[in-house]
Amino acid sequence: MAGIVAGKVALVTGAGSGIGRSTALIFGREGASVVAADIDEAGGQETVATINRVGGQAQFVRCDVTSTADVQEAIAAAVNAYGRLDCGFNNAGIIGPRGRMSDLTEEDFDRVLAVDLRAVFVCMKYELQQMLKQGFGAIVNTSSAAGIIGSPELPAYGAAKHGVLGLTKSAAIAYGRDNIRVNAVCPGFIETAMTKDASGHFPNTGERLHANGRNGTPEEVAEAVVWLCSDAASLVSGIGMPIDSAWTIR
Amino acid sequence: MGKLTGKSAVITGAASGIGRACALSFAREGALLVIADLNEHEGTATAEQCIAAGGRALYRRTDVASEAEIKGAIEQAIAAYGRLDIMFNNAGVPGALGPIETIAAQDWDRTIAILLRAGYLGMKHAIPELRKAGGGSIISTSSAAGLRGLGNAAAYSAAKAGLVILTQAVAIEVGADRIRVNCICPGVIDTPMVNRGRQGGTEETLTRLAQTQQPITRVGRSEDVAAAALFLASDDSQFITGTAISVDGGFNTGNGWLGPREQKSTDFRGPSYLR
Repeated sequence: MAGIVAGKVALVTGAGSGIGRSTALIFGREGASVVAADIDEAGGQETVATINRVGGQAQFVRCDVTSTADVQEAIAAAVNAYGRLDCGFNNAGIIGPRGRMSDLTEEDFDRVLAVDLRAVFVCMKYELQQMLKQGFGAIVNTSSAAGIIGSPELPAYGAAKHGVLGLTKSAAIAYGRDNIRVNAVCPGFIETAMTKDASGHFPNTGERLHANGRNGTPEEVAEAVVWLCSDAASLVSGIGMPIDSAWTIR
Repeated sequence: MGKLTGKSAVITGAASGIGRACALSFAREGALLVIADLNEHEGTATAEQCIAAGGRALYRRTDVASEAEIKGAIEQAIAAYGRLDIMFNNAGVPGALGPIETIAAQDWDRTIAILLRAGYLGMKHAIPELRKAGGGSIISTSSAAGLRGLGNAAAYSAAKAGLVILTQAVAIEVGADRIRVNCICPGVIDTPMVNRGRQGGTEETLTRLAQTQQPITRVGRSEDVAAAALFLASDDSQFITGTAISVDGGFNTGNGWLGPREQKSTDFRGPSYLR
């Protein structure tokens, strides 16, 4: 099958909806075998069914990314089924409650950091272990525009997404000589189930935030993720690619 | 169906190196090209290679230090293809190299003119045509030196950094017109320009640089940059504007951990136009 990631094996966390689902679909379209991981079984199964319906290869793994055992199982599923892991897309995330820092509870902070930062570390750790065995691999993490600029009403989310860029850059330097590339994407306001919950609190984001006057689509992020995982980007490592129609530079 | 089928593009500095690789990549994806370069012999060769690769292309002699000639290259695209969808400001020189106290003001001016002023001119004259086409993509070749200054290449670094911020400013101006503006920051790439600028210019020099300064240790190829340019030129990057995309093997991530930077002035000789 032709495609920019033909024959590769990709793990996508948060594949049951939004950016994760779109990326899983584009991995499938571009010829990769996909392990779609999500805590949401129905959403993940639908992603897999969509890929398989159009002739792609995919399987679902139920995965709570805050559980090391679940993450290890998801990686093992890819290796058992397809023999290796070429691409890890660590994408599962939550936005957390909106409010200023002085009103944020410690419990809410911990919860957001657990899913949006600690889980990314855990996913990277075990993906890297597998990629070191193979001698190659590419990892892409979902950071955010909130990983580049401040988020006055989402301080935990902003801290976690800045942290994701830190993990990305550190691993890019540490594993370059092992032929493993590590990059991140920094989406702007993308229309997904996650942001739909928040959009009541953040009106008119399209025109307020973005140079082109509209919100982004999950597909627009997914194309960049799959490109970063492809051999076309084999000299690209350690970057956080803004996909935000100029939000973070305005 | 290619990624750029029917799209018209002007690429400056397309006679060799990164520009030629981009032209060939765009041609394979169905683009209609104006090969804008000073070097007629190699520029014509690029155009022939693009045609052989299945695209349409023509050579136009262009000195990017001349506003009239940049405008002329864009007018050529309109005359030949009826539209402009992609403007690629790529032509470059190493410029005035060496310790800053040895750089003559006229050499500084010339370096900034070719590397930065030409980018401004390309944007200025392309934007009205891109607007008529309903949107488009502007790409400029900046450099890893445009994100972190390179010793003994102050003019080059300043000009390339200028391109990064020019890119941001113009991206904000034209975003509502569906025109996207991005730049690429290549690291160590094996091109005729890099080899001309470095004494000896050997593959060994570049290999050592890549091994000591990049997490991904291989020397970059023009094709690596062309792949990023194709992504930025295509509709796959519709929500990406104002960015500087590093294609540098991780150089910009924090290469200090890997070993000392080499920036001996003896590694450089003057730019070719001074000799």
